Amino acid sequence: MTLDTVKHAAATPDTELPWAELGLKQDEYERIRAILGRRPTGAELAMYSVMWSEHCSYKSSKVHLKQFGEKAPASDALLVGIGEQAGVVDVGQGYAVTFKVESHNHPSYVEPYQGAATGIGGIVRDIIAMGARPVAVMDPLRFGAADHPDTKRVLPGVVAGIGGYGNCLGLPNIGGEVVFDDCYQGNPLVNALCVGVMRHEDIHLAKASGAGNKVILYGARTGGDGIGGASILASETFEDADGKPAKRPAVQVGDPFQEKLLIESTLELFAQDLVVGIQDLGAAGLSCATSELASNGSGGMRVELDTVPLRDSSLSPEEILMSESQERMCAVVEPEKVERFLAVCEKWDVIATVIGEVTDGDRLEIFWHGEQIVDVPPRTVAHEGPLLNRPFARPAWQDTLQADDAGALPRPATAQELREQVLRLVASPNQAAKGWITDQYDKYVLGNTVLAQPEDGGMIRIDEDTNLGVAIATDGNGRYAKLDPYAGAQLAFAESYRNVAATGAKPLAVTDCLNFGSPEDPAVMWQFAEATRGLADACQALGTPVTGGNVSLYNQTGEQAIHPTPVVGVLGVIDDVTRRTPHAFREAGQLVYLLGDTREEFGGSAWSQVIHNHLGGLPPQVDLERERLLAEILISASRDGMIDAAHDLSDGGLVQAVTESAVAGGVGVRLVVPDGLDAFTFLFSESAGRAIVAVPRSEETRFTDMCAARGLPAARVGVIDGEAIEVQGAFGIPLAELRAAREATLPALFG
Amino acid sequence: MSTRVGVVTFPGSLDDRDAQRAVRLAGAEPVALWHRDTSLHQVDAVILPGGFSYGDYLRCGAIARFSPVMETIIEQARAGLPVLGICNGFQVLCESHLLPGALTRNDHLHFICRDQRLRVENASTAWTADYTAGQEITIPLKNGEGGYVADERTLDELEAEGRVVFRYLDRNPNGSRRDIAGVTNAAGNVVGLMPHPEHAVESLTGPTTDGLGFFTSVLKKLVAAS
Repeated sequence: MTLDTVKHAAATPDTELPWAELGLKQDEYERIRAILGRRPTGAELAMYSVMWSEHCSYKSSKVHLKQFGEKAPASDALLVGIGEQAGVVDVGQGYAVTFKVESHNHPSYVEPYQGAATGIGGIVRDIIAMGARPVAVMDPLRFGAADHPDTKRVLPGVVAGIGGYGNCLGLPNIGGEVVFDDCYQGNPLVNALCVGVMRHEDIHLAKASGAGNKVILYGARTGGDGIGGASILASETFEDADGKPAKRPAVQVGDPFQEKLLIESTLELFAQDLVVGIQDLGAAGLSCATSELASNGSGGMRVELDTVPLRDSSLSPEEILMSESQERMCAVVEPEKVERFLAVCEKWDVIATVIGEVTDGDRLEIFWHGEQIVDVPPRTVAHEGPLLNRPFARPAWQDTLQADDAGALPRPATAQELREQVLRLVASPNQAAKGWITDQYDKYVLGNTVLAQPEDGGMIRIDEDTNLGVAIATDGNGRYAKLDPYAGAQLAFAESYRNVAATGAKPLAVTDCLNFGSPEDPAVMWQFAEATRGLADACQALGTPVTGGNVSLYNQTGEQAIHPTPVVGVLGVIDDVTRRTPHAFREAGQLVYLLGDTREEFGGSAWSQVIHNHLGGLPPQVDLERERLLAEILISASRDGMIDAAHDLSDGGLVQAVTESAVAGGVGVRLVVPDGLDAFTFLFSESAGRAIVAVPRSEETRFTDMCAARGLPAARVGVIDGEAIEVQGAFGIPLAELRAAREATLPALFG
Repeated sequence: MSTRVGVVTFPGSLDDRDAQRAVRLAGAEPVALWHRDTSLHQVDAVILPGGFSYGDYLRCGAIARFSPVMETIIEQARAGLPVLGICNGFQVLCESHLLPGALTRNDHLHFICRDQRLRVENASTAWTADYTAGQEITIPLKNGEGGYVADERTLDELEAEGRVVFRYLDRNPNGSRRDIAGVTNAAGNVVGLMPHPEHAVESLTGPTTDGLGFFTSVLKKLVAAS
């Protein structure tokens, strides 16, 4: 086979190329020809196809995502905004925190262990590429029905992959979510979030400036794994028309040990100031890293592709450019620092190779054994991909769905029936204890974990002398978003915001992972448009900018799309982590207060799902000003020592939160239904903007005075006491019975 | 001069900084040792921390055992240097034959992270003198290959000589023979265990502060000896 050089391409304009097989549309291919003024070479086509894929170019979502910038609230905290590999937030005392959530949905369905493992690997490299030391990970996960046979294949593999990779990397896993719903059966959602910490002066960006600077590839050798993963695997379906699995080998294989060495060597490189620009190799591998580094920099770049260390010497140049082999980074280094750079890598047994240099031209030029195979303007590859204005329309079935009011469902008629429904709810897979999963993750490593699952949010100490820390939560509720994508996205954000505040931390910034069906379906595109609009509006209202994130489309099997599932991560700061508020009730005699308003809101609720297998009506109302007020009260109460426990109310309502707090602390609660509410609504309503808190009697007056002065409804609804949850005048359930019911569910399903 | 406790970092060590913190909180000076070091830089004791040294790809601890720093540690441990192996460090000590037995895959085949209750069976080793025999402590456990195995004769010998230092209480988390969580050599200067005392040294970040005694024990012993 002859090498398809630039010269050869120019001389053979009529050669047919497999642009359609690589996922390009006719007009996109024509545009590439127009940009280059000739047909692309095979290598150029590989680069364009992978960089112009939905996964890398965000071509369907970009027109909507730009709201996050346009509506970004003024925030002093934002040091690096949306568009970089991850956003960076100022948390005070000279520290900056970077965090981001990403999806690895499609690979995790095909190959659960490696898909989930490399999902962690990818997000961690994004964080180190910003110059930060990764300090924690979190995993929002969604699977099909808990009792479906395929869930038994996917879930244990995903959990083992996250544990196998994350534990070996030495990063504590401090939270996340596990949700089961039929809609995710063929499209599980495996999202991964990483948080990193650095000093302000250590922020690094992905750009290649300075002609003559060297381009160094370091980390693992390049192999044949993940070739075409970005353009094909992440964008379309898994099976050929005739039903045979076609793209299985496209999933990458991870090596956490190599990643650990990459973290340590990279941080040492930063510490010695040996790096001008840096980029991790993720989707689209070298195609992405070289074109983005060059595009962000001042000049061009020249790369000798045959210098790339290979695991498989038979790889073609196109395959090397597309390979998604894991655990690789690309750095731009001043010539006089190259020797020291290589010495640091040698210390950590990391392979490092000079593969090219920054030029004063404006082209990205790639050579293979001395012959030029790529000659492109880098921006056209990395940043000037196609932009689509896909049609969107509110689906006709939305009205029917919203008219199917969950409030009309039969409610428990007797105290006995109420008791039974409480037990069914707290033992249902979505509400049950998640220890079977989270016990497989190391939450202690690094020694700074202040709060971890099952707390409302994870909390990490970032300075051992001053006790400065950060808290993070992730939330999403696809059922709410299905009923109303605008409100659903806001509710996901509001819950995450509330969770962070419940720990005592002040919410600062947002990252999001937008998981949706096919953008080619106008109904899905409408859901996407509504959800992004809702999230952007909410972030604007509460002053917490979106700093980055990820979009995952095509989560769809045939005509069946997943529920629209925006997952929102909120980062908060706490000046003194010793003042954190845990969720467990500890001390008998303390008072339980319910903060916020409780309405008859059951649309999309856990109760409607568990008891009636129903999804319809409207999700709970959103009141962002109320969320802000609630958060301020929770933070003040934590700082001034007025509360000993706090737990946000969300899916499952008050009874779920009280059960979790009581079981975690090993003490019971006597609940009294407040005036104006019936026991059923009190226990199961999912009205937003609410939390329960445990108030020591000595602080009661001070606390209630504060709530009254600020206008936050606070109702005394119980006392911590005994060894059961008693609802006065209705029923009681011993803690031991609640604990057994909650803890038996996942082991019974998964072993 | 303060007491110097070395903490070895192998490629893939994860809890090395945590062990250093625990040493510091106990009042000693932590000294970072690199796997390629041949000198121990005049430390008075050594900790082999948790993690996945060299990726644990052949067998846990199997490659670390041949690192330059281990050659020196093995030699000095035989001469009485106090050495504590935690988790992966325990595996390295077994691979080095400083301690008998081996660690195998957990019987339930999952990685497990939880707060584990233990009984201190031997309070006379270099690392347990601040406890009392029979004392119950709770410290984190986190591993995938923590099942302690040895042949029956070795197990009988360990029991007879009082060299079982810790035993699991409540539920055996990994299928360890005779609920053994940690053992010592005949001289009592080398101790290995699967649970992580360095993660129970601050009430803010650990389930208890029960682990601090490991680090104060060795400190007192060294101060008394000097």
